[in-house]
Amino acid sequence: MSAAGLKSVEFRREREAGWRELEDIVQRAERRGLASLSAAELMRLPNLYRAAVSSLSVARVISLDQNVVRYLENLSARAYLSVYGARTRPGAFIWSFFAYRLPAAVRAARWPILIAALVFALGGVTGFALVAQDTEHYYAIMGVDESRNPSASTADLRETLFRDDERPRDRLARFASFLFSNNAGIGMLAFALGFALGLPAFLLLFYNGLRIGAFAALFDGRGLSVELWGWLLIHGSTELLAVCIAGGAGLVLGGAIAFPGRHTRLDTLRLRGPEAGLVALGAVFMFFVAALLEGFARELITDTVTRYIIASVMLAAWLTYFTFVGRGRTDD
Amino acid sequence: MTSTLLTEVIDGDERRIVSPEGVPLTVRLADRGDRAAAFMIDLLALGVGFAAVAIFMLWLNAELELLSRHLFNALIGVMYFLLRSFYFTYFELRWRGSTPGKRLLGLRVIDNKGGPLLGRAVVARNMMREVEFFLPAGWLFSVDTSSPQAALFYLLVLVWLGILVLMPLFNRDRMRAGDLVAGTWVISVPKTQLLADLSPADATDSVYAFTTEQLSIYGVYELQVLEDILRKEASPAAAESEQKVCERIAEKIGWTPPAGHTVVHRRFLEAFYAAQRAHLEHRILFGHRRASKHDDEKREPA
Repeated sequence: MSAAGLKSVEFRREREAGWRELEDIVQRAERRGLASLSAAELMRLPNLYRAAVSSLSVARVISLDQNVVRYLENLSARAYLSVYGARTRPGAFIWSFFAYRLPAAVRAARWPILIAALVFALGGVTGFALVAQDTEHYYAIMGVDESRNPSASTADLRETLFRDDERPRDRLARFASFLFSNNAGIGMLAFALGFALGLPAFLLLFYNGLRIGAFAALFDGRGLSVELWGWLLIHGSTELLAVCIAGGAGLVLGGAIAFPGRHTRLDTLRLRGPEAGLVALGAVFMFFVAALLEGFARELITDTVTRYIIASVMLAAWLTYFTFVGRGRTDD
Repeated sequence: MTSTLLTEVIDGDERRIVSPEGVPLTVRLADRGDRAAAFMIDLLALGVGFAAVAIFMLWLNAELELLSRHLFNALIGVMYFLLRSFYFTYFELRWRGSTPGKRLLGLRVIDNKGGPLLGRAVVARNMMREVEFFLPAGWLFSVDTSSPQAALFYLLVLVWLGILVLMPLFNRDRMRAGDLVAGTWVISVPKTQLLADLSPADATDSVYAFTTEQLSIYGVYELQVLEDILRKEASPAAAESEQKVCERIAEKIGWTPPAGHTVVHRRFLEAFYAAQRAHLEHRILFGHRRASKHDDEKREPA
């Protein structure tokens, strides 16, 4: 029995050129990206990859040469990553995100988002009722540092809604950026806290509702309701929607862990987690828009009617976007 | 459990994923230390990048006096948020599951079921990073130290950080929270070289010839141990171990050199390796795989 007639040696001799060619292409793809490959090489890559994978299957059975098997394992895995690695590029991902992925993900998560909205509203009603009943409750909810408190005069409170600063753009820009980082952080927090069964997301939603309710009750007691909601909703129609959407994303995540259904928890999580992540990313974007509205539009526009118009237009725009855009587009 | 159907633990840090062609591929989970190092490098890159851009903008703004200090600070604040939120996502999308830090250490993010790594999985795993690291780390610096609850707050934040940052230590697949949510693994992709075949045609030699009985003693395991020995770089220590192994094999299989011939250890081992491999591979073709010298072939036809 001579080694020259060995099937595994013959097998290697026949295929080695293909492996080497694939290794060369993969190495360049790893260093400089797929874009650095020529059109011909891009055509060859899937074929060479499939050939290497089939070589691996055969080598595992017939070859006792460990090095060949290990080499093929490694080469196939590397080629697999080049062929099946991240499918989307940043630009394409951003486009598809706004064109259909985000609205589709929000539609899919409509029930958790609705639940989040209900919890938020419940907090709001509770806060309103508590402060309307006894203004002392205001301090318990908002803390004592808040300058807009029950001891302020009605004129002062009104003033805060239509304030005109000497250097408005500076203050507001700072404000907008703070709000954006802060709110977007809270949005991500609501999503990620879903990890703890969604309970913190419930608390966060309820607490935020409570504060808005308390705030509304304070102004309502002075007959400033109409002006307050104009001041609040010009950015609030966007921001409060974003709060509910971020909370809904957290509930999706919490639901996957609490009620895994037919699959294991881990499988349910990997199934719903990325979808919930898209929803949360959408909320971060909405917080960005809201912060711009809050920082700039609200301070430049002091007319209550115009504020209401902007609030309604924004709300209608978001709802239309989430309801109708990207219907029927399904991929992966 | 559905996950065990498609993926299985092979050995410690090795995992098997099934490619879309249905072929199981072996991947190696990244070392936890390597991942920590990659993250540090990314943080450093993030910090240096941010500082460079901020300083440049500061200089530009001072020269041109475009923006007031407040507006400028606002811009910097937003930039910092965007940079830390999307640095990882951007690179993992653009570099197919890698960031500068991961690339330096040879790490990649993959889908743990063998599918393509989707954009939304990249988004989800990196959005969790905000809660796993950036938010609590930021809180550590924003504590009002004069407050009586400062110590308690520190403690809570540290517990939070501890649980989430150390999470990869407490599960078999070394997943952090973001990996759990996105269904991803971080693997290490070192390069394996294809070495010369140890069974070239000229390895057979009339001096070093073996009978079928002599080749029926060892199994695949011993063959591969021998392969490792033969692939070691030449050195006095290697030559010594070759001699020992050579003597042990000759004794075990009852092989003696022809009269008046001095055994060249290396030649003997190469010839024995070639003959043994040919024999075992030949047997495999007939459905008998002898795993090791302790394997009783007759009882267990593969």
